[in-house]
Amino acid sequence: MNDAWEVVIGLEIHNRLATNSKMFSGAANAYGADVNTQACLVDLGYPGVLPVLNADVVRMACKFGLAINATVARRCVFARKNYFYPDLPKGYQISQFELPIVHDGELMIKDDKGDDKRIGITRAHLEEDAGKSIHEGFDQCTAIDLNRSGTPLLEIVSEPDLRSAKEAIAYMRKIHSIVRYLEISDGNMEEGSFRCDANVSVRPIGQEELGTRTELKNLNSFRFVEKAINFEINRQIDVLEDGGKVVQETRLYDSDRDETRPMRSKEEANDYRYFPDPDLLPVEIDDAFVAEVEKTLPELPDAKQLRFVEQYELKVEDTEILTLSRAVADYFEAVAINFAGKAQIAANWVIGELSAALNREGVEIIDSKIGPTDLAGLLSRIQDGTISGKIAKEVFEAMWAGEGSADEIIEAKGLRQITDSSAIEKIVDAVIAANPAQVEQYQSGKDKLLGFFVGQVMKETGGKAHPGQVNEVLKSRLKKD
Amino acid sequence: MAGQDQAIHLLSLAELSKGLSSRDFSSRELVADLLSRIDGDETLNAFITVTADQALSFAEECDKARSKGDIGALNGLPIVYKDIFCTKGVLTTCGSRILENFVSPYDATVVERMASAGAVMLGKTNMDEFAMGSSSETSYFGPVRNPWDSERTPGGSSGGSAAAVAARLTPAATGTDTGGSIRQPAALTGTVGLKPTYGRVSRYGMIAFASSLDQAGVITRTAEDAAMLLAVMAGFDERDSTSVDHPVPDYVGGLTAPMKGRKIGIVRQHFDEGLDEQCAARVKDALSALEQQGAELIEIDLPNLDLSVPTYYVVAPAECSSNLSRFDGVRFGRRANDAKDLFDLYCRSRGEGFGAEVKRRIMTGTYVLSAGYYDAYYLKAQKVRQLISQDFRNAFEKVDVIAGPTTPTPAFKLGDKTDDPITMYLNDIYTIGANLAGLPGISVPCGFVDDLPVGLQLVGPHFAEETILACAHQYQSVCDWHQRCPEAYQ
Amino acid sequence: MLARLQLEEDQIDDIVAKLSSIVDFVDQLRQAPTDDVEPMAHPLNQVQRLRPDAVTEGNELDAIHSNAPAVSDGFYLVPKVIE
Repeated sequence: MNDAWEVVIGLEIHNRLATNSKMFSGAANAYGADVNTQACLVDLGYPGVLPVLNADVVRMACKFGLAINATVARRCVFARKNYFYPDLPKGYQISQFELPIVHDGELMIKDDKGDDKRIGITRAHLEEDAGKSIHEGFDQCTAIDLNRSGTPLLEIVSEPDLRSAKEAIAYMRKIHSIVRYLEISDGNMEEGSFRCDANVSVRPIGQEELGTRTELKNLNSFRFVEKAINFEINRQIDVLEDGGKVVQETRLYDSDRDETRPMRSKEEANDYRYFPDPDLLPVEIDDAFVAEVEKTLPELPDAKQLRFVEQYELKVEDTEILTLSRAVADYFEAVAINFAGKAQIAANWVIGELSAALNREGVEIIDSKIGPTDLAGLLSRIQDGTISGKIAKEVFEAMWAGEGSADEIIEAKGLRQITDSSAIEKIVDAVIAANPAQVEQYQSGKDKLLGFFVGQVMKETGGKAHPGQVNEVLKSRLKKD
Repeated sequence: MAGQDQAIHLLSLAELSKGLSSRDFSSRELVADLLSRIDGDETLNAFITVTADQALSFAEECDKARSKGDIGALNGLPIVYKDIFCTKGVLTTCGSRILENFVSPYDATVVERMASAGAVMLGKTNMDEFAMGSSSETSYFGPVRNPWDSERTPGGSSGGSAAAVAARLTPAATGTDTGGSIRQPAALTGTVGLKPTYGRVSRYGMIAFASSLDQAGVITRTAEDAAMLLAVMAGFDERDSTSVDHPVPDYVGGLTAPMKGRKIGIVRQHFDEGLDEQCAARVKDALSALEQQGAELIEIDLPNLDLSVPTYYVVAPAECSSNLSRFDGVRFGRRANDAKDLFDLYCRSRGEGFGAEVKRRIMTGTYVLSAGYYDAYYLKAQKVRQLISQDFRNAFEKVDVIAGPTTPTPAFKLGDKTDDPITMYLNDIYTIGANLAGLPGISVPCGFVDDLPVGLQLVGPHFAEETILACAHQYQSVCDWHQRCPEAYQ
Repeated sequence: MLARLQLEEDQIDDIVAKLSSIVDFVDQLRQAPTDDVEPMAHPLNQVQRLRPDAVTEGNELDAIHSNAPAVSDGFYLVPKVIE
């Protein structure tokens, strides 16, 4: 693609923390409330109001810092970022500048070749979100909803260590997975709980100095991030190869046209005049606090994945899917523990049938209509030969529809596999007798017709005949004497 | 000092409290009397809003509650609030055009506590716009005049509160003090002005000027009255992160602590050519009085005193430039008409809504925080602030209280200092240090120069309100400056 | 301008002059010996207190409506901003 150019990407991810109340006020931190019903006087920036810091916000940031092997600052400071915009009620955003709560962390991703690669995380800091501005639909006006004003954000800033859009996505997915594992964010991109800005630049291979970078905003899905970055890379290379210079600017991604374009600057001058917020005091965290938080750390995706490969002998690709979310991983393990057979079978069913059913109904695994022990029960019936794999799918659907447990359904519908050899022989003989033409064709060399006969036997038995036995009996019966 | 032979409006808060207890008069009578005095005054312009109906009905409720027995410490006693305190359902302007129509939806913590204790709000007092000033001349609602001489200012920014107390329109007022805005007007009007330790009183609901310097306090005629009010106001508030969870002692009970043995520091740097000679003489007389009461006067140094005014005028504008950004005409307050775009809306709403001094301070603040200047100004000022605080810490190792003049001159004429901001700023030379170091300070009347009041300031270490109140109270037991009343208001 | 303040033409010279004098005045700070001194952000060296994560505030729609210069369907309105 670009043999002469090296791409340098850094990501800034804004993560809404899943607390009950906002960062500096006791208003609710929930998505989707009616306009301006979740903004209290503090969030509205009324005269005389003051901020008070939410304890869980500190815990969550600390948890994240531990999960990425970072330094959790024992002392951090909130600073005011001053600028005017109607959805920023105080005329400043309370953020962190010189002394963030977390810094110098890292995580591992797989690079384009599939090798392990370390990505540095410069810092993660706390800040409050602004409200929402709606520019359409209000007749020459912009409408402001301040429900979101004051909700807690953790801004995670990576080192410019990413070298391709694919790596950027891998990193983003990793962070997404971690914050959900830690239960500090629901990672819901549609609701804006997980937003990404990308800083992209290119430089000739071998050059140490970084090229001029642009900042891409408004990237609210993984797909858009990838497309936007790729578009921008190509655009910058084109500019440079034509002898031009890349302009340092902020660009928005337009998903309809699949292109980035410059944003009209919203602040004429970008001097934010940061200074420590005098309404807040420095936050001091001691070792005991950090130790308490550390106790609450769950097994993280990487560690879980390795364990699944070793403990359950699963295919690596499968472990990647199973550990994407803690809920799925936990579900899988609950099935595996209750199932005597190979865990890979459980994995296949969770990734296959169960996922299909969940997707079909748009339901999360915690709301699955079939619980893990029930699924394990079903798999056990395949394992012990009570039913065939194919019939099991029918039973699965019936279980999903609420018709009962696996055993109850097998009984009620008489789905037990037919394994009695004499019964099978009887039906095989009947099928052979009924289809002399095909018998002749088979016997003159058309081996593929075995499938036809199997199908006929299955039809006669309502799919319940043991497929393996049917094959055996057919083959022996059809053999030319 | 019985309540019967003195007119009701001349009584102190403590005397009024006794009068109410003894049923010498009712709260309603008291409040009605003061309201008519307020109504009758056409000179001072001390009030922006008078809440007459509300006051009378609340007073009636207080009288009813009193007859049932279960009452708060200030039941039925009148109070006025500087118009910087948010009062629910009542206009709160901060002396500014940009809030000329702002009715607050909530009460400041200070107001809540006072009301819970039974205090009756008579109204909201006039002030320098957004508390920026030392003369109460920058108010959008016109200047306040000094009851001792209506051609002169009462000082500022809590000038309305000070004038109202001095003119006996109310025995009690709240104020705020960021660089001296309670103590200086108290000195210039012959009243008592108390600024507590930073964090002693909640700032929630007090419109912010300079967050790391602002404190709510009181203006009264006696130290005893100030103690009564502080007892109700002081204490931890979970809505204010800078509020300190420090126990509240019995301020009134502690007033009787004797002067004997107190070590009182006299600052060498105070008595230089900046201080008016006659003021110096009055202050020295007061210091002798303290000595006669058994205090030991010890000379101390505050070597960085001169730097306190420039330090303040970097830190305070920086913080206020940011604190005032919320006044943009979007969610409350005055919005400019027919704004053609957002930029126009901001610039004209603020341009038309703010007065000249406020704009100057916003611009100064914006400048000292801007890229390239932050280190040289703001950061530097914060370091000098540390030096100044250290000076005080050193001094308090040798003395219990620091005493000296509150202001370099008595009240000056309206319009005298509005041309040159620096001259105005230098008014605060003796008071500013206490704000920078977060220390409690009180000004008490200690004499007159050309028939104009002069104040003695006492500053203590952190949370030493008991000490300075006791010293003030003891001093007031051997003099009567605080009982002098301006002729027009007797 | 960063501070979003509109000034009358006739005020500008005066304000600039006064600002200059203020800046000159505060320049005195340069002489202070602050090499090893920590900046003081708060006079009492306090540490931030943490609030438990509980919802304690409801909505303030009434206040919003009564104080807002321009409001519609609960939204604050300002002249249209183009991004």
